[in-house]
Amino acid sequence: MAGETSAFQLVLAGDPGLYAIVWLSLVVSLSAVACAALIGVPFGAWLALTRFPGREGIIVVLNALMGLPPVVAGLAIYLLLSRSGPLGSFGLLFTPQAMVIAQTLLVTPIIAALARQTVEDLWAEYRDELAALDVRPFRRVATLVWDARFSLVTALLAGFGRAAAEVGAIIIVGGNIDGFTRTMTTAIALETSKGDLPLAIGLGMVLMAIVIAINALAWGARRAGEHYAG
Amino acid sequence: MRAPVTDLPLVFEQANVIAGGVTILDHVSLTLSAGPPTVLIGPNGAGKTTLLRVAMGLTPLSSGRITWNGQERSGSGSDSASKARRAIVFQRPAMLRRSAAANIDYALAGVSAPRAQRIDELLALVGLSGLGSRPARRLSGGEQQRLALARALARDPAILFLDEPTASLDPAATKAIEDIVRAVAARGVKVVMSTHDLGQAKRLAGDVVLLHRGRLAEHGPTPAFFDTPRSDEARQFIAGELLV
Ligand SMILES: Nc1ncnc2c1ncn2[C@@H]1O[C@H](COP(=O)(O)OP(=O)(O)OP(=O)(O)O)[C@@H](O)[C@H]1O
Ligand SMILES: [Mg+2]
Repeated sequence: MAGETSAFQLVLAGDPGLYAIVWLSLVVSLSAVACAALIGVPFGAWLALTRFPGREGIIVVLNALMGLPPVVAGLAIYLLLSRSGPLGSFGLLFTPQAMVIAQTLLVTPIIAALARQTVEDLWAEYRDELAALDVRPFRRVATLVWDARFSLVTALLAGFGRAAAEVGAIIIVGGNIDGFTRTMTTAIALETSKGDLPLAIGLGMVLMAIVIAINALAWGARRAGEHYAG
Repeated sequence: MRAPVTDLPLVFEQANVIAGGVTILDHVSLTLSAGPPTVLIGPNGAGKTTLLRVAMGLTPLSSGRITWNGQERSGSGSDSASKARRAIVFQRPAMLRRSAAANIDYALAGVSAPRAQRIDELLALVGLSGLGSRPARRLSGGEQQRLALARALARDPAILFLDEPTASLDPAATKAIEDIVRAVAARGVKVVMSTHDLGQAKRLAGDVVLLHRGRLAEHGPTPAFFDTPRSDEARQFIAGELLV
């Protein structure tokens, strides 16, 4: 990267290096959110609707894990995937897949905890009515998840915001390899320390635009929920 | 034609409900037979809602038992054939986060007949024609109560429990609901409803149940209940002097 090129030029000229980084970041974080949603929404709904000893404890831990430091998530996945770790034989360390796994670990508690809260609140409201209508358990869960869909979308977007913005986990398990595992956040960290400020600033601008877009979507989901569901 | 009601009489035997150390229903023994509506009256907190919830199987008894035509029922959904024949409109009905029509459709699920037409009929019956596409939670309190009645009727119940169905309705809507209750009862549906409106009790009830502090104070046919009350509670309640 030429030091004299400005950040704006990079962004506006569609610099291929920059956009490859942006693309990889989006793919990794979206994949992680998709995995986390597949785990977190059913788990959260299940936790909302069942009662068993130790449930409160799980909820407390889940809520605490919402604030899991990314570097700790990265370290845990690193230990799991490193050559001597239990899953070392898959050779996933320093691949985009490893980054997806690490971010999934980071995002799942957020989605699960928010889904649990959302479904449980709705359940408190619907409980008698669904019991009176003699709704079977499967349809009950489907109803709650469907009627909570706008709040659940907001939870997914919160998870995506977290994944897109974190650097600690993916830099540990991805290794920030140029053209392979380099994302917006890891590149910003590296380029800033190297002194290539235009690329760092360009990526920072794109990242900010994405974060703002996510929040706009979350806002829109909330408004749509109010509109359709009252 | 609907099948004859085989679930009645509904009999409470020494029904007790204790929650949080408080006795809410106190040894209530009561028989509700097929026929004209039974109306529950009593001061706030007397236990009317609890009695209806117990009958729906939503609140468990602490002791005593309930029988439907001589049979004990779990009420927990294991015998859906009989449960499908009961419906309730709660004192504060919850609206699903869907349109008014979709709220009725939800209760109709499983009905094979053309549902769109049935939804329109039910909306018209409770005076909500044209509001079908509105989000149910945006309807006014009275409109929500009427929608809840339509939703309960969608189940084609043999026994219909109504918890203060006209409490937040204007006079015209109250009359409309009373007409629906009469029409439904004329079709052989057993209606059990609570109210604070003694005029309404006189207009609709075949028999009246007075609850006071969780106990059954008096149960009798409507004219006798109002003309020659046997208990002090009933006399005081009719005179507007019975307190919680
Ligand atoms: N889960 C509960 N735990 C403790 N007390 C309860 C519970 N549910 C109801 N109660 C109490 O039981 C009493 C009877 O309540 P219920 O709702 O049956 O009265 P009601 O006759 O329907 O009154 P209203 O006319 O105000 O609707 C009230 O004093 C209420 O506070
Ligand atoms: Mg009540």
